[in-house]
Amino acid sequence: MAETLMFNALREAIDEEMAKDPTVLVMGEDVGHYGGSYKVTKDLYKKYGELRLLDTPIAENSFTGMAIGAAMTGLRPIIEGMNMGFLLLAFNQIANNAGMLRYTSGGNFKIPMVIRGPGGVGRQLGAEHSQRLEAYFQAVPGLKIVACSTPYNAKGLLKSAIRDDNPVLFFEHVLLYNLKENLPEGEYYLPLDKAEVVRKGNDVTILTYSRMRHHVMQAVKTLEKEGIDPEVIDLISLKPLDFETIGASIRKTHKVIVVEECMRTGGIGAEIIASINDRLFDELDAPVIRLSSQDIPTPYNGTLENLTIVQPYQIVEAAKKMVALKV
Amino acid sequence: MVQERALPKFQSSTAKVTREEGLRLYEDMVLGRLFEDKCAEMYYRGKMFGFVHLYNGQEAVSTGVILAMRPGEDYVCSTYRDHVHALSAGVPARNVMAELFGKETGCSKGRGGSMHLFSAERRLLGGYAFIGEGIPVATGAAFQTKYRREVMGDETADQVTAAFFGDGTTNNGQFFECLNMAALWKLPIIFVVENNKWAIGMAHERATSQPEIYQKASVFGMPGVEVDGMDVLAVRAVAQEAVARARAGEGPTLIECLTYRFRGHSLADPDELRSKAEKEAWLARDPIKKFAAYLLEQNLASQQDLKAIEKKIQSVVEDAVQFALESPEPKPEDLYKYVFAEDE
Repeated sequence: MAETLMFNALREAIDEEMAKDPTVLVMGEDVGHYGGSYKVTKDLYKKYGELRLLDTPIAENSFTGMAIGAAMTGLRPIIEGMNMGFLLLAFNQIANNAGMLRYTSGGNFKIPMVIRGPGGVGRQLGAEHSQRLEAYFQAVPGLKIVACSTPYNAKGLLKSAIRDDNPVLFFEHVLLYNLKENLPEGEYYLPLDKAEVVRKGNDVTILTYSRMRHHVMQAVKTLEKEGIDPEVIDLISLKPLDFETIGASIRKTHKVIVVEECMRTGGIGAEIIASINDRLFDELDAPVIRLSSQDIPTPYNGTLENLTIVQPYQIVEAAKKMVALKV
Repeated sequence: MVQERALPKFQSSTAKVTREEGLRLYEDMVLGRLFEDKCAEMYYRGKMFGFVHLYNGQEAVSTGVILAMRPGEDYVCSTYRDHVHALSAGVPARNVMAELFGKETGCSKGRGGSMHLFSAERRLLGGYAFIGEGIPVATGAAFQTKYRREVMGDETADQVTAAFFGDGTTNNGQFFECLNMAALWKLPIIFVVENNKWAIGMAHERATSQPEIYQKASVFGMPGVEVDGMDVLAVRAVAQEAVARARAGEGPTLIECLTYRFRGHSLADPDELRSKAEKEAWLARDPIKKFAAYLLEQNLASQQDLKAIEKKIQSVVEDAVQFALESPEPKPEDLYKYVFAEDE
């Protein structure tokens, strides 16, 4: 066991996969000499050379399209979005070509690529650097969407994403890169389509992902003291959703709270709740409570920013209300 | 009003071909023409749907460039006007026609349609319906070749990629971004602009501050060539040079082919803006007639030879239609097939 920071866990995943397979490469802004804006690829260019850690010009749509062309012809590129928000400039390539091309080509081409980088709301980074693109991209067919949340799952999931034959949008969180955890020695892979039951419980199911998992776990400490026993599920796979794990939990607790960092309108939670209504409506004791970010551009001011995203005390309040069925 | 760019006085190409090569080029152009004429007929008869963009008039470009490459080994990346590029690349007419009919036997299994033709086997990378989006993909394929050679030590990795696009695309960022990267990394790619003067209804001169597109290569330190896009031998000659340069690791070339589409932008285009005089002037420069005259004049072919080719291609096209008509529709239960890589 070695205590590892999250950004190093991600780096290990990339390093191990690059060592194993010469078709794996990283492309993006400052991924080479600079080592990535969060040091996920630090010094890898010294080991693998400049073509495998390709520093690209600032041309998101074009280097993303390049990665797609490279993937169609047999390479396994990893794109780093220096900030995932920048990939709005690559929306066309991600949606039309990464997402849809395999289908429109009638199976002629596979697109094994990973598009990864820091997403989410940081500390006073302003609206443009505080995007939650997972919500924008969830409607695109053909994409798998994954959000990691701990050093352990970051490494195992990224390795699986690199090995996957589909385009995977892989969200890290800008505020989680310095999390520390003891990682197992050697290689391990985690499934891309499985949610993680973070805490087993019987009273209420809390569905969350990415950094909000940690807000939820803070709230759980308070709830435990008050005698409430929540089940916490980290979705991991935002698309497709793991309804086996979600369903098993709802059949046990019959109460659901969704805690997410994306905005409320058209968010991941909106899709989850619609799916729960489709599949598990009769299992619910109460309407699902949805705690999301406010439907506003993330403000710079720290107080306003805190008001924009969900805070642990709100999760505590919601859980108490839900367990008392006062919703 | 903007000044219209004067068409340079092109000398007829001095390039030479053998009889065999000449007939092969002629056949490919005739296939392009007759295939597209048949598409128009089938569209109006309700056999194909959606937006269908025909290539009539531009055949010398597809034939001149792609037959100067190694079709099936080298990569070709097209646009929404992709039928004839697919044919030149060696996708069988049957499978292109079946795709336009939406059939399971189509080169994209009926899932793509006219603007999304693909063939992994013939290394046709698509079929891209939005302006410019194929250029980065083509650049990625070219990068892949360089990567295989330099990182993976694959000596056989000497493939060249051709990216085709129109004049309208050269005002789009992806064009400039990819020219920059291709020149920066000396990628084995040729950028082929089919300047047919019109981006639907937008005259080229009204859309760009520098109408001579080939000149835009110079700021990237890349060779830029202007060529008569109605002269297959002229196109072939510049393509051969560009392909050789790319294959030798000497980097990309921008080729601007001055050409014209003999039909509207798509079969849905009323084509009201182009003047009769302009159309007639270009029709008089029909690349197929021009090349037929050359073959006869040089005693490389007889009238009978050319007639025999036309007859053969007529039957290829008729056979393609028959094949498409008789082919099955995709199965409803396969609606979700091909969304993910596991759906083989």
